[in-house]
Amino acid sequence: MNEEQIKQVILEILARIAPDEDLSDLKDEVPFRDQLDLDSMDFLDIVMELRKLFRIQIPEEDYEHLASMESTVKYLAPLLKNVESPA
Amino acid sequence: MKYDTIIIGAGLSGLAAGIRLAYYEKSVCIVERHNRIGGLNSFYRLRGREHDVGLHAVTNWAPLGVRSAPINRLMRQLRLRPEDFELAPQIESAIVFPECTLRFGNDFSLLEAEVAEHFPAEIDRFRNLVREIDQFDAFRLGPRPSSAREVLAERLKDPLLVEMLLCPIFFYGSPTPDDIDFLDFVILFRSIFREGFGRPRAGIRPILNRLTRQFRDHGGELKLNCGVQRIIHDGHRVNGVILDDGRLLEADNVLSSAGLVETLDLCQAPPEIRQQHPAGELSFIELICCLDIEPARLGIDRTIVFFNTSERIPYHCPEGPAELGCGVICCPNNFHYDQPLDDGRVRITVLANPEYWLDLPVDRYASEKETWRPRIVDAACRIVPDFRDHIVDTDLFTPRTIHRYTGHVNGAVYGAPRKIRDGRTYLEGLYLCGTDQGYLGIVGSMLSGITVANLYLLK
Repeated sequence: MNEEQIKQVILEILARIAPDEDLSDLKDEVPFRDQLDLDSMDFLDIVMELRKLFRIQIPEEDYEHLASMESTVKYLAPLLKNVESPA
Repeated sequence: MKYDTIIIGAGLSGLAAGIRLAYYEKSVCIVERHNRIGGLNSFYRLRGREHDVGLHAVTNWAPLGVRSAPINRLMRQLRLRPEDFELAPQIESAIVFPECTLRFGNDFSLLEAEVAEHFPAEIDRFRNLVREIDQFDAFRLGPRPSSAREVLAERLKDPLLVEMLLCPIFFYGSPTPDDIDFLDFVILFRSIFREGFGRPRAGIRPILNRLTRQFRDHGGELKLNCGVQRIIHDGHRVNGVILDDGRLLEADNVLSSAGLVETLDLCQAPPEIRQQHPAGELSFIELICCLDIEPARLGIDRTIVFFNTSERIPYHCPEGPAELGCGVICCPNNFHYDQPLDDGRVRITVLANPEYWLDLPVDRYASEKETWRPRIVDAACRIVPDFRDHIVDTDLFTPRTIHRYTGHVNGAVYGAPRKIRDGRTYLEGLYLCGTDQGYLGIVGSMLSGITVANLYLLK
């Protein structure tokens, strides 16, 4: 998957976790936490959804990389470069 | 096969935990001893009428859009939509004492105005208390025992107001005689007063059915008529369970909603551990009255009435069979449904002495129920308008009924006084959810299952 495809996957995950949030204005460089009303349970779900979709384990010390769209995509790109897009 | 997790009990907490695990592709099996789901919040059919056990109302009422509300967080975690539970908001409830009535609803300003009117000297202190409750971090794990009664007596001056605020909170969740842990007080204050009540027109059924469908759709396995006789372990770690019929089910983890002492008994826990955890002793009688009229036409227009007739609420195990001086009168008709219920209902809940009802011989048990039926109705008719001429059917259940269908020692609806907030036990891989983990109410029980599943079982 390329970065754009990864971004799409993350948006789909966010839409599942936070179905009533408007994701159309989401800014890539701003932390999710500052734009969306997500709690720690929701963040756990981002990790869990990624694991379910791609069988990747994200260790707890790496959770900080999932703060914003930009940092998430950058973190996931090498992990998912040989993975087909689920779409 | 070996499961990732076996869940004991298909009540709200077990089902919610099960959904989380199944959704994330854990192999999970819920085993339920009874022939139907629900546990403490279940349902039955009697003489052509549908009845709920447990549920008077779903607490934590919140408008659909408020994301931070516990009920909406819960629905997100279960991948359900808030409208899936079809909740209709309450009309209005009240706390009724001989010298004062306080009304409250799903808009907190009503209770605030009522306190200002009836306790003008207390209103500033009451507002400060509410602020303190709002700011309290109730979801942080870790034991923090302290008496709500003591905290309230410090924050407020008028003992009547203290007693009135405690009344609904005791009846909707305190496992502790004459008091409640301050943390539980905070959770219940928010869920009852700050948020409020709702109910699906068809009662608990649509909620349980929706949860079960979600669990099964994601690959979860549910076995009814399938009680656990023993939890298997090597003294350090669980390996699975032995069912009533002798079959062994292996699992890496066991999540039990059976209650703390009940679970320790299933483990045949050493006496020194078992003795640290006394069973709860608070149980109830509930009388369901079916009426041939809409209760509102008789002037019974409130959703839930919490009443007390003496100076101090006698919230403890009664010396006699039951305590009629305080209780709850719930009218399931009085919610804002799209269309009225098929018949009138009044449900009355009073404290009962578990030992008395559990020890009665079978024939005396039936006759004692007959004796108490009219007494309970009479007690309710001293609080709300008389409905005696309109009763067409009744059903009464006691601590014995609760014990039989839920396995809770003493029929203790709110479980043991000492909660295990982190859900862990003396065995690795054995966790608790539900009543004895400590989140209370319908929403609380589901959050309990979710929290423990998230913390330990999704790794």
